[in-house]
Amino acid sequence: MGRRVGLEVSLACAEAVGLCNVDVIAAYPITPQTHIVEHLSELVADGHLDAEFVPVESEHSAMSACVGSSAAGARTFTSTSSQGLALMHEILFIASALRLPIVMAVANRSLSGPISIWNDHSDIMAERDIGWIQTFAENGQEVVDLTLHAFKVAEDSRVCLPMAVNLDGFNLTHVIEPMELPDQEQVDAYLPPFKPSQRLDTAAPISMGMVGVPEVYTEAKKACLEALENSYPVIVEHWKGLAEQFGREYKPIETYRTDDAELLFVTMGSMGETVMSAVDQMRDDGQKVGVVRIRLWRPFPVDDFMNAIAGAKVLAVIDRALSPGVPAGPVATELRGMLYTKDDRPYVADFVCGLSGRDVTRSQFTEMAAQAKEAASSGKEMFCQMVGVKE
Amino acid sequence: MISAAEALKDFKKITPKTIPLVEPFSKGHRACQGCGEVLALRLVAKAVGMDMIAVSATGCMEIISSPYPQTAWEVPWIHVAFENAAAVASGIEAGRKAMIRKGIIKDDGAKIVAFAGDGATADIGLQALSGALERGHDFTYICLDNEAYMNTGIQRSSSTPYGAMTTTSPPGKVSKGQMTWKKNVPMIAAAHNIPYVATASPAWHVDLMNKVKKAVSIPGPAYIHIFSPCPTGWRCPPETSIETARKVVQSKVFPLYEVIDGRYVLTRDIKKPIPVEEYLKTQRRFSHLKEEDIAYIQKRVDGEWDRLLKLVQVTNEEA
Repeated sequence: MGRRVGLEVSLACAEAVGLCNVDVIAAYPITPQTHIVEHLSELVADGHLDAEFVPVESEHSAMSACVGSSAAGARTFTSTSSQGLALMHEILFIASALRLPIVMAVANRSLSGPISIWNDHSDIMAERDIGWIQTFAENGQEVVDLTLHAFKVAEDSRVCLPMAVNLDGFNLTHVIEPMELPDQEQVDAYLPPFKPSQRLDTAAPISMGMVGVPEVYTEAKKACLEALENSYPVIVEHWKGLAEQFGREYKPIETYRTDDAELLFVTMGSMGETVMSAVDQMRDDGQKVGVVRIRLWRPFPVDDFMNAIAGAKVLAVIDRALSPGVPAGPVATELRGMLYTKDDRPYVADFVCGLSGRDVTRSQFTEMAAQAKEAASSGKEMFCQMVGVKE
Repeated sequence: MISAAEALKDFKKITPKTIPLVEPFSKGHRACQGCGEVLALRLVAKAVGMDMIAVSATGCMEIISSPYPQTAWEVPWIHVAFENAAAVASGIEAGRKAMIRKGIIKDDGAKIVAFAGDGATADIGLQALSGALERGHDFTYICLDNEAYMNTGIQRSSSTPYGAMTTTSPPGKVSKGQMTWKKNVPMIAAAHNIPYVATASPAWHVDLMNKVKKAVSIPGPAYIHIFSPCPTGWRCPPETSIETARKVVQSKVFPLYEVIDGRYVLTRDIKKPIPVEEYLKTQRRFSHLKEEDIAYIQKRVDGEWDRLLKLVQVTNEEA
């Protein structure tokens, strides 16, 4: 059995990566990701983890080195935030097109400008279409488990795709939480050694990253798209395996007090915990409210989501990023698109809040619920509301 | 890590009679007629041999060698993007190092070689190159310098020589073409105190191959800068590629030298140089230059050559 510990979540993330016995970590420091890579370099320096730590000169080179390492057949990890993720942008698409199972922890932070180190989802929301599997953690335990799960899924021969585990900067990365850290034997039983089906090998030469002329480009993209779509059952399968091995269950979409709920908050990441306590309060006041939390963001689990919201009249979507020039934030925009063809679709209200680490209180969630209900009963289209903007 | 000099103690030179017969880079690629760059690439590949893992930056050589489903590469090869060949190579090296140490793969002695053009080296990839050299990865970086962005249609780079006409440094009423001097990347590489740096020209093919062989047999990073004539971009007949690659050396415009453990070695002394003009007139990219422009370039070339001789002198005194 694992051991109960109180640990900073960044350190726990690094410990999980260490338990996965990675071969290469290529990373560049950026707040609030730093504690993750600092602890990994300590594990390597002390000989606890037999890996190469490549202290690259930029995030662009971090992702490039990861592509090289993974193409050579090595188990590969990196971590970044915000500007660093944006600097990787170009290579993120290539990593998925080359079908390389790189695992990356993204310590979510707002994008400049203005420059800010605090938490929101503007970094990852700008990377929605990179073709990676993307999950969002709510707490420290989940960071550990989703990290183990990420290697298991990414390296599965039915998947072969890179995977990003998102954890909120500071709100998660810098807090000490109680959690269970699994034993090495447990992890080894869950995660087999990485056996790539192809790698850069002089004994069996292959060409990777060839020119995609118009006659083949579309088909190459279609193959990647199918790979991402087909990863869904494997993701779920390995969450089941995780439950069997470690006793903790995960689903693509989590629900909280959704039975008979008329209004559902839709959240991602660590804010889910605040929303749950706000929902408890509102339930005490007799309001029929609940929470739906998106854990699996890519590939989006449409059916799970539709089942989770069945019966609800109003969705109050909590967006942690802006999508300038369109009437809603990125999450609400996508959900509205998915709901368009559904009968009995709920009214979708959208709130952008918690930008750059701005606290969102329980009373603000109560206000959002009231606003969403009022807008829904009026039937008028509601444009994205930025919550708590000071006059 | 052992020094380059030590690693080269028992170095067996390639001679005209022992030129390797292997062709890790096959025929049938789509390079232009007379391309000096692909010729240099082939010579490099022959010198490295079949145990090469090749990385290409985006550019002419990547495009002409890999139109899916065809490939000219008989060895494992990867192309990722324009500016990151050195970073990708460093990842391959790190991955293999860890896996060999952990017994996941056996040590097959593969040589990691990154290929990039002058734009991918002197401009957009300079940071990634510097990082990889500084970190000391065991790999060889080959810059195939055709002195402009040829793949996109002959735009100037920081490696384009003074006075050259390109599509973004056109001569005009108030311009002589490229108005800046060529960036000296081999010396930038040498400033990283790596074990081995060299310049080479396909006109001296055996010398080129020996430098490559040395580079891959030395542990740690090595950098080779190869002058690679581009008849298409330089506006010269395809059959003059090698002649141009010879004249550039004979005129002292592109000196051939090595930097071994920081020690500068002239690999081709030019006792009787030809005038710079004789090199420049082989290419129409310089045809607009006036007498005084050529004199200005000649002065600069002479000064650079003297500086190189001083470096040879100074670094060998130290040794």
